[in-house]
Amino acid sequence: MAFWIASSPHNHIQKETSALMRLVIFATIPGILAQWYFFGWGNIIHIGLATATALLCEFFVLSLRKKPIKAELLDGSAILTAILLAICLPAVAPWWISVLGAMFAIAVVKQLYGGLGHNPFNPAMAAYVMLLISFPVEMTTWLPPRELWPVEYTFMDTVWMIFTESTQLGYSAEQLRTHIDGYTMATPLDTLKTGLTTGLSVSEVTTSPVFGDYFASGWEWVNAGFLLGGIILLAKKAIHWAAPVSFLAMLWLCSLIGYMVSPDLNPSTLFYWFSGATMLGAFFILTDPVSGATSFKGRLVFGALAGLLVYLIRNFGGYPDAVAFAVLLCNMAAPLIDVYTRPRTFGHQTHGLGVAGNKQGAKK
Amino acid sequence: MKVNSEYKELALQGLWKNNPGLVQLLGLCPLLAVTSTVTNALGLGLATLLVLICSNVTVSAIRNWVPKEIRIPIFVLIIAAFVTCVQLLMNAYTYGIYQSLGIFLPLIVTNCAIIGRAEAYASKNPIKQSAFDGLMMGLGFAAVLLVLGAMREILGQGTLFDGAHLLLGEWASVLRVEVMKLDSQFLLAILPPGAFIAMGFLVAIKNAIDTKLEERQPKEEEVKSIERVRVNFDS
Repeated sequence: MAFWIASSPHNHIQKETSALMRLVIFATIPGILAQWYFFGWGNIIHIGLATATALLCEFFVLSLRKKPIKAELLDGSAILTAILLAICLPAVAPWWISVLGAMFAIAVVKQLYGGLGHNPFNPAMAAYVMLLISFPVEMTTWLPPRELWPVEYTFMDTVWMIFTESTQLGYSAEQLRTHIDGYTMATPLDTLKTGLTTGLSVSEVTTSPVFGDYFASGWEWVNAGFLLGGIILLAKKAIHWAAPVSFLAMLWLCSLIGYMVSPDLNPSTLFYWFSGATMLGAFFILTDPVSGATSFKGRLVFGALAGLLVYLIRNFGGYPDAVAFAVLLCNMAAPLIDVYTRPRTFGHQTHGLGVAGNKQGAKK
Repeated sequence: MKVNSEYKELALQGLWKNNPGLVQLLGLCPLLAVTSTVTNALGLGLATLLVLICSNVTVSAIRNWVPKEIRIPIFVLIIAAFVTCVQLLMNAYTYGIYQSLGIFLPLIVTNCAIIGRAEAYASKNPIKQSAFDGLMMGLGFAAVLLVLGAMREILGQGTLFDGAHLLLGEWASVLRVEVMKLDSQFLLAILPPGAFIAMGFLVAIKNAIDTKLEERQPKEEEVKSIERVRVNFDS
């Protein structure tokens, strides 16, 4: 499969889908390295598990659907989905979390809708939401960053944790999350949310060690890693800048307004950028060419809507992070956005809603 | 013999070809909402079955005296009367299940499967056939409820017939089967989205079986079409 760029300007690029997918996979490496440095081997093991499951599932469904197996199996889209899903999982989640998630992403969200290019939802995000609402305990057991671990936690410990739910020495995930002072550490976003509901102000909550020196200890570097990967993708012209830029700008604008109105209840704007899954969502999820909007204006609207939703759900919703929910809601809205932002075809004037430059429709 | 084949056709229509759950996709609201366990599904299935038979018989009995213009309100009144009876009965004898079915028990009134059969079949056919039609449609609906309930209960909690004593009396607590031990519930299967996905799979399986069955008997038609071609060619 290749996507031929046929209209003017006649660029002589005839990239294969697999080459694009490979580039995106390589671009996740800086973020994954940061994750490995701060949160241990968990996510890398989950990436392995999810990739293997996704490929097996893809093979199984493709052979059921009597599709060309080799071409579609090796186009890298299943691997990319698995990697994006495994990046989002908590590092100490049990093995069946990533296996179930990858199966759901490939078999239900991607192949049941008709395979690559036909899925209305982003498979990785839909699977993540499925896991989050099905297994809330396992999916919110986040490790604190490395410098806050109460005990030694090696590669073998991680393997034991993922497959037997306790380390070699018998520590449970709950014990790994317990601070020396005896309280459970959560992600910065979660800590902030619970802190604010108990009546603390932002400056009081952020004295907690999980916030580190800047915005969100560990998480800021993971986000910086994905930002770097995103910039590489932009430089290579693998993704369009409209959706990520409008997403980040909208999130920045909303959080700025919030911060200006009440600085005690709203963290700084950069905290929104460098915590949770913001950068991963901006550069790797929202730029999905299948489930996102297609035109330039459409992508601007799509990204801005996602940014607004992330801000609203993070501040007023029930969950601490919101990228997955925002992406799914925007996926639903994408066809409508596309209809209302259809670009003017050459030689036609736009009227009213701009639907196909339809003069009669506008006169009625 | 003729009567017999008519009943056979009614049974086939209700249970498979025109199943209210899988083919007509009627009554989806209770179908998806209460099938989180087999017990709930069985409770609602039996209630719907009872209402369907009674309403079909009554509608069929008075079909010659009902003016065409106001037949729908009359049917609804009849159905509502029977639903109230069933609701009071369940309130009296199976209080646990009455509570877990909640609003979906009175909502049987709005179940399109029931008014659909009253309008499409019972208002045009004699009592006996209408009663049988109600029985078969009700059984078809209950069967889908049961299968869906079993799927969701096994996936969600790893059990079968959990809480059956609420419906069938104390002896039924021995029916509870622990299919597999789950450390944590698979909440998606119990929540409504899981019901939609499971229902989709059921419809897909039904369609796949139908396609398989059709593939088995196309030979006669092929012979005919060849004959027709030859006739055209000659003339």
